[in-house]
Amino acid sequence: MHDPGEVKIPFGPQHPALKEPESFLISLRGEKITSTSIKLGYNHRGIEKACEERTYIQDLYLIERICGICSHSHSTCFAQAVEEIAGLEVPARARYIRTLIAELERIHSHLLWLGVAGHEIGFDTLLMYTWRDREVVMDILAMLTGNRVNYGINTIGGVRRDISPEQKEEVLKAMDILEERTKYYIELATQEVTLAKRLSGVGILSNEDAKRLGAVGPVARASGIERDVRRDDPYAAYAQLDFKVITSNECDVYGRTLVRLGELMESYSIVRQAIQKIPDGVISVKAPRKVPAGEVVSRYEAPRGEDLHYVSANGTDKPERVKVRAPTLANIQSVSKMLENRYLADMPIVVAAIDPCFSCTDRLIAVNDPERKTKNTVAWEAIRLKGIEWYKRQGIDFTPLNKKLKSLI
Amino acid sequence: MGVITKIVNWSRLKSPWILHFNTGACNGCDIEIIASLTPRYDLERFGVVLKGTPRHADILLCSGPVTKQVECRLIRIYEQMLEPKFVVAVGTCSCTGGVFSGCYNVDGGINSVLPVSAYIPGCPASPKAIIDGVVKLLKSLEEEPGAKKK
Ligand code: SF4
Repeated sequence: MHDPGEVKIPFGPQHPALKEPESFLISLRGEKITSTSIKLGYNHRGIEKACEERTYIQDLYLIERICGICSHSHSTCFAQAVEEIAGLEVPARARYIRTLIAELERIHSHLLWLGVAGHEIGFDTLLMYTWRDREVVMDILAMLTGNRVNYGINTIGGVRRDISPEQKEEVLKAMDILEERTKYYIELATQEVTLAKRLSGVGILSNEDAKRLGAVGPVARASGIERDVRRDDPYAAYAQLDFKVITSNECDVYGRTLVRLGELMESYSIVRQAIQKIPDGVISVKAPRKVPAGEVVSRYEAPRGEDLHYVSANGTDKPERVKVRAPTLANIQSVSKMLENRYLADMPIVVAAIDPCFSCTDRLIAVNDPERKTKNTVAWEAIRLKGIEWYKRQGIDFTPLNKKLKSLI
Repeated sequence: MGVITKIVNWSRLKSPWILHFNTGACNGCDIEIIASLTPRYDLERFGVVLKGTPRHADILLCSGPVTKQVECRLIRIYEQMLEPKFVVAVGTCSCTGGVFSGCYNVDGGINSVLPVSAYIPGCPASPKAIIDGVVKLLKSLEEEPGAKKK
């Protein structure tokens, strides 16, 4: 039923507040949001399917490009799964190097988030500050792996590059600089009244709701749920390292900021420990080209939360099925809850506070209903025609435009 | 060339405003674009400002392969930009499709949908490469007064 007092606003796919294409349909009553519906899929590229057509080693690089911010997370998660099926024992040195890169990645991701969050509340100075400091860790990553993003350090059975004593020195130096800067940000977050006022009480997700909606990562930890794969189900070298799981009971955006800042400090300490404890030895073992049949679910604590990869092998050099559940997919459910009855102006920061990554999230799931016994397969062309029809009915016709553009190329 | 055209050209070259649109990228190139606008690289010293709406922008920076979902939105954004307008493809996947070529939901590079004026390869294109690409594009416009759409 149409409610005359209600206004519907489409938000996206291209919008100044959004960094990636996704769209929200917001229903407003006055300034308050009554409901939001989220539409994803603009970034769906079909990576899972493409994985089935490529060999394991090619997949590793493709999987890495699911997301350019947590690329190491995805590639490690996938490599771990394949290694487990193939029964490979990853050398200890390789495990430490993986841990090291993982924590450096977390540092760059959390600094990036802090900047974006600052930008969303109109605090652009913070964006410029944190992104300047982030370059320090980007330099370190470039030095260790050879690339600033999409490091390509993993291989099945270990890592591809070793770390030299000089590089260790450099890393430690960078950690000192960053720790100093992070202390300043923590001071800023806890003492700057405007920041605390703008962020607290916004985007509330209670402990029960977080559990019910299956939140992960910093979003869950800021709602008082102590959950971290690094501690609960240690992989790489985390079992030998000592760190705290940071939680907060604020349940709002402010809490999420504090959790991420606290995690930054923990990451510095993990990096230092890893550098100190790293054992000597080889960095990889030879992996077979063909992987025996089997299936595995692998877990990994990405900067945004728990990342889950399912790999099923069938004895050939290509996987039978790869499934990726990225952390944002788990967190996006809670956004509607956080926005309920909140002001429209809070929307950008609430969405940004889960640190969404829609490149990670845009997967496709086909749901079969066993009762109906029929499979609904629709050809791509049919969907396209249906889309064109739908838009025509809304009064938007792309045909002449399309023709014009095609003639230009 | 009339005086007005000269002034218009001069101002256009000194303040190219950009719009960034992710057409299905992995985010790697997107963060590098933002990184090139922040203090270390500071693209703003060339007068480049990131804008939120296509109607204000002169240059459309696209990253990533064109996915089928985004295709018509991309065309619409391009149509909303005012003449003269330029498209820059940032990153290997927006140049050719890169690792994603052959995926069922991917059309290919930006040039499969829009006319592209400059290609910046790299996975991801590093901020240095992005600055280089943008400056080269501006140079080529300078040599070509009237800055016609390609
Ligand atoms: S070129 Fe590489 S980094 Fe850039 S969007 Fe494509 S896969 Fe990501």
